[in-house]
This record gives sequence, structure tokens and C-alpha cells, in this order.
Amino acid sequence: MKLNKEQCFEQLLLGKSVESAGWLKPIRAEALEHAKAMNFPSDRHDDWRFTDLSSLYPHGFHPITSFANLSKADIKEYVIPGAIRLVFVDGSFNEKLSDLTELHEGVTVSSLVERHGDPLVESNFGRYAPYKQDAFVALNTNFFEDGAWVHVVGEVTVPIHLLHVATKRDTPSAIYPRCMVVMDHFSRATVVEDYVGLNGGIYFTNAVTEVVLKKEAQLQHICVQREYKNAFHIGHCSVDADTNSVYASTAVAFGARISRHNLQVTQRGEGAEMHLDGLALVAGRQIADTHSIVNHAVPRGKSIQLHKCIADESAHAVFSGKVIVQEGAVGTDSAQSSRNLLLSDKAHIDTQPQLEILNDDVSCKHGATIGQIDADALFFLKSRGLTEERARNLLTHAFAAEIIVKIPVPALVESLSRTILDRMGEAGT
Amino acid sequence: MLLEVKDLRAKVAGVEILKGIDLTVHAGEVHAIMGINGSGKSTLSKVLAGHPDYHVTGGTASFEGKDMLTLEPEERARAGLFLAFQYPVEIPGVSNSALLRLAYNSLQTHRGLEELDPLEFEDLVHEKIKVVEMDPSFLGRSVNEGFSGGEKKRNEILQMAVLEPKLAILDETDSGLDIDALRIVANGVNSLLTSDNAVVMVTHYQRLLNYIVPDYVHVMDGGRIVRTGGKELALELEARGYDWLRVAA
Repeated sequence: MKLNKEQCFEQLLLGKSVESAGWLKPIRAEALEHAKAMNFPSDRHDDWRFTDLSSLYPHGFHPITSFANLSKADIKEYVIPGAIRLVFVDGSFNEKLSDLTELHEGVTVSSLVERHGDPLVESNFGRYAPYKQDAFVALNTNFFEDGAWVHVVGEVTVPIHLLHVATKRDTPSAIYPRCMVVMDHFSRATVVEDYVGLNGGIYFTNAVTEVVLKKEAQLQHICVQREYKNAFHIGHCSVDADTNSVYASTAVAFGARISRHNLQVTQRGEGAEMHLDGLALVAGRQIADTHSIVNHAVPRGKSIQLHKCIADESAHAVFSGKVIVQEGAVGTDSAQSSRNLLLSDKAHIDTQPQLEILNDDVSCKHGATIGQIDADALFFLKSRGLTEERARNLLTHAFAAEIIVKIPVPALVESLSRTILDRMGEAGT
Repeated sequence: MLLEVKDLRAKVAGVEILKGIDLTVHAGEVHAIMGINGSGKSTLSKVLAGHPDYHVTGGTASFEGKDMLTLEPEERARAGLFLAFQYPVEIPGVSNSALLRLAYNSLQTHRGLEELDPLEFEDLVHEKIKVVEMDPSFLGRSVNEGFSGGEKKRNEILQMAVLEPKLAILDETDSGLDIDALRIVANGVNSLLTSDNAVVMVTHYQRLLNYIVPDYVHVMDGGRIVRTGGKELALELEARGYDWLRVAA
């Protein structure tokens, strides 16, 4: 049976209730109350007007009641050698596939359920993600099964890999991954949040991540969305950055039929620095939407953002990036750039850089370009013996590479590079 | 015969630039095509390489006896034609070594030979890079990105050295070069010349011809070759300018 928009949302609200610790129960209940009062966003809503969710609605997404039994071989291609790894299968923590051998003192990487008794979890959880305003965050907050908890004191030199695997199921399923990263004063770490579709099926990943950076903390946060091509993925990430902290993120979207990445960064302390990179690569009838809000609330913040979209065939990519500079946020330094590559006449890219500046003492710039493959470069490569297809793929890869190569995890750079080349090979046939 | 061009005519953006070119190049020969700006000499090199903006409106061009005008640029390259660009293209995100290897391997495949893996290719390219006296660090950099004018031109000759074309067309390879870079580029080209290949230099100035000595010098004007002579013709042009050869408008 095909559902309509309201029925689809109703079906999500029928999800499985999850047992949890005392302090979490009222948060879940409150989130559910808010969710019940909401619906999927209207396409008249300013934040959603570019993104057509209608292909999501016909499916009835059911809660997951039994979890797949995967082996290490199933996730082999996604493993980052030497990393601390937490694996979640369809939203549930899988200890057997996880690898904590590199853990050392000062660093906690575990499932959220295991840390329910930790006062630090209690005092941070749900404080940053807007479960009272956002229907997807509300649904996740009520229905999440388990999640990742990362607390860093000092420095972690190996990447922390939070691998969320979706498996093939007979009926469409709703999956609610959750991550919480708390970076203590002066701490340093690299966290890779990775959403992977293993072998097909229709499912809906509704993910929420909260990141807290205390004074002088530095986090490299890489968020990779490589869901199965029939999947739906809506992810929200709230970041709270205190004094002189550095938050550097790279968000990559390759997969899913429809995907949305919401990134909300709040500069809480003076002198905090944000480096936000993004790449969306879509083909076929995919839609990839990235919405970011950077809120400079206090003085001398810095935000540098580069977002790239590549759309082939009949795909649609959206970027909306808002930078807000509050009245008191003097000395803010912000630069935002949106660069886009259209590979076909039917592809479509919407880009909307927005500045909202409420004081005079700032340096802010933004810009957007949309282009096609450079004809001179194409002719040059062909004149060196490369076929048209090879040359186009190489140039597309090069456009994407600017974002990918900055990721400080070589194994991931290699794997993403390969995915880009494979994807373009697919589009070319 | 490597190249045979007969009564070749071509348009760009609706304007006829080439108005009947005849040119024959044999293996072992070095040709120079000279002329003032706008005489059509760069258009000729782009038409021969197959640039999509240039449309052939008449005449023929064959490479080793086969019609080349119907071929795609990559097919011409695989047949053994090479164009050194007047304005080398910068390609951020593609390393020089990756480009050279992809280009080399696409020619190898065409010839039915084994492709080289990155390690094998590295050995080959480190030999070739000596030809243009380039630092191997340039191999790891993006193609021409941040290169000086001279480095870009040397990079073109490095590509030529790796691809070993039968016929290389050097489109104003001397422009923008200081005397040291000119010497290096010229030495590179000379070291690649054999009795089995040929070079056509397109240039405005005579000075390149002091280093790469041509067997034939052609003067273009108004889309035609108006005079052909030996290397002494270039010296005469240097002394007398182009005006005495120009066709009445």
C-alpha cells in the first residue's frame, strides 16, 4: 500500500518504544510529544523549498525488531586500519565488529547505552540538537536504539570511526543512529561518522549527532554518507564551540535516493574557528541537500566554508549556507564559497549562500559559481590520448578531490576517491 | 609521408581563417611555420589536433596516408600526433604524474602493449624528465598549477618526451621564455628528434630557430602559406620583417 505524507509520518510515530535510563525517559517522552505535534516539513517552508521529499512518503517505514548478524567480512571494505571503531548495525551497537584495541586512558568510546549512568552523558545529551523544533530530531530522540559516545581528554592520534551499517530488509525500515562527541579542554581527535548501505533495500536513516568542543579543543569531524541508492538519509549535526576551539568538518554525500545534511554550528566562546568543507556527488534521480548554519554569537570567531556539488544525469543538489554574525560578535572573519559542477543538461543545482550580519566590525565574504566541465581542459586531455569519458571523469574527480584530499585519514581518502571514480564509471555507461 | 595537407580551409566562430593550406611533412624533417599574429598559424595547429571549436570547410589532411580530419583528438594522439599548447592548461587536482601515466597507458593500449603500473612508470618518467631538466617534485604537483610560463612549456615537452609522437606540432612554444628556458626547451626537442619523427614549430620569432634548426620555413599570411624556403628564409624575415611578403588585402 502506498502511503501519503501524513500516513507516512503516522507510521513513523508508531515506532518501537525503547527502554532507557531514568534521566532519558522524560527527554524521550517530551521529544515524542513534540513529534506528534509535527509533520514532515512543508515545501513552502523556507528551509525545505528546494528539496522534494515526495518519493519518501509512499513507504511505510517500520521499526527494526531483529538485528542482522554480520561478520567482519561484511564490513571489510569500510574498515580504516588502526582506527578505534564502533559499529552499529541498523542502529544497534555491535560489539563483535567493533575494535577498541587502540583505546587509551582519557578517551572513552562506547555505546551510549553502556554509559547511561555517566553524569557527563546525562548533562550533555539532547542539549544541543533541537528536538523541540525539528521533527526529524524529535523522532530520533524518541526512537534511537543506541548510539556512539565519544569523550576525549588529551589527544587521540588514531581516527575514531563510528560506522553505521544498514542491512537489507524485507520491509522498509526506519533507523535512528545517534552520536555524541564531547571534546574536553585542550583535547584533540579525529572522528569519522560513516553511514553505509551494505546490500540494498529501502530504508530511512534519521541520524542525529551532537558535538561539544570545550576551550581550546580541536576536532576533525568527517561525516560520510554512502547509503544504498534506494535509501533515504536525513542527518542533523549540532556543534557547540567554546573559546579558541577549532572545529574542522568535511561532509561527503554520495549515496541515497534523497539525502539531507543539516549542520548547525554555534560559536559559544571567543576566538573559535570553524572550517566547514562539503561535497555532494549525485547522479540518476538522486537528491542531495546540505543546509548549514554558522552562528557567530561572540567576538573574533572565524569560519571558512567550501561546499561543492556535482550533479549528473537527472540529479538535484542543493546547498544553503547561512552565516549569522550577532551584534556582539565583533571581529568575526567569515568566508563562504559554493562551487558547483553540472555534468548534464537535466541535472539541477540550487545554491543559496546567505549572510546575516548585525554589526559593522566584521570581514565576511561569500560567493557561488556553477559551471560545466572546462572545454579547454577537456580538449587538452583528449589531445593526450584520453577518451572523452576518461577525460571527463578525471576532471570531475579533480573537482571533487580538492575536498577529499584534505581529510586526514589516508585510507578514507583512498576509499572515497575510488568511490568517486566508480560512481562516474556507472554514470558513463 | 607523415603529414599531407591539401587546400585545407577552416572556420572558427563563422569566420574563415584558413583559406587553402598545402603542407607536406616527411619523417626526419623539421618545419617552421612563421607569420604575424592573425595569419592563421595557431589555427592550423589546432585544426590538425582536432580542436572542437574549429570547423574544416574544405580540403584534406592525412596522417601516414589516412584521413585524419574525421578522427577525434584522442585518436589523432594515438596515431602519433602531438600538439604542444601555446597556453598550457592548468588542471588543479590532477597530478602531473597521473596525467602522464594515463596518457602513456592509453597509447600503450592502442598499440596493443602492456600498460605500466605506477612504479614501472615512475622509472620511465624519471628518465624522461631529464630531457627538460625539470625537478622530479613537479611530477607530484597538479598539472601546470602554479607553474611559471617557462615551467609550463617545459612540461609540454615532458609530455612529448613521454608520448614519443611521430609528429609534434609546437605552437609558439618559445613565447614567454627567457633565454635559459628557451635553451632547455630546444635541447629537449632536439634530443627527441630522430629520422622516424618530425617537428613542426609554429613561431612568430626567429630566435627559436637558432636552437632547433629547420629544414623548411613556411611563411603564413591571410590564412595561406605565401612562401616556403630553407632556414635562411627565417633570417631574411628577421632582417626585413614580414611586410614584403604580405599579400595585398
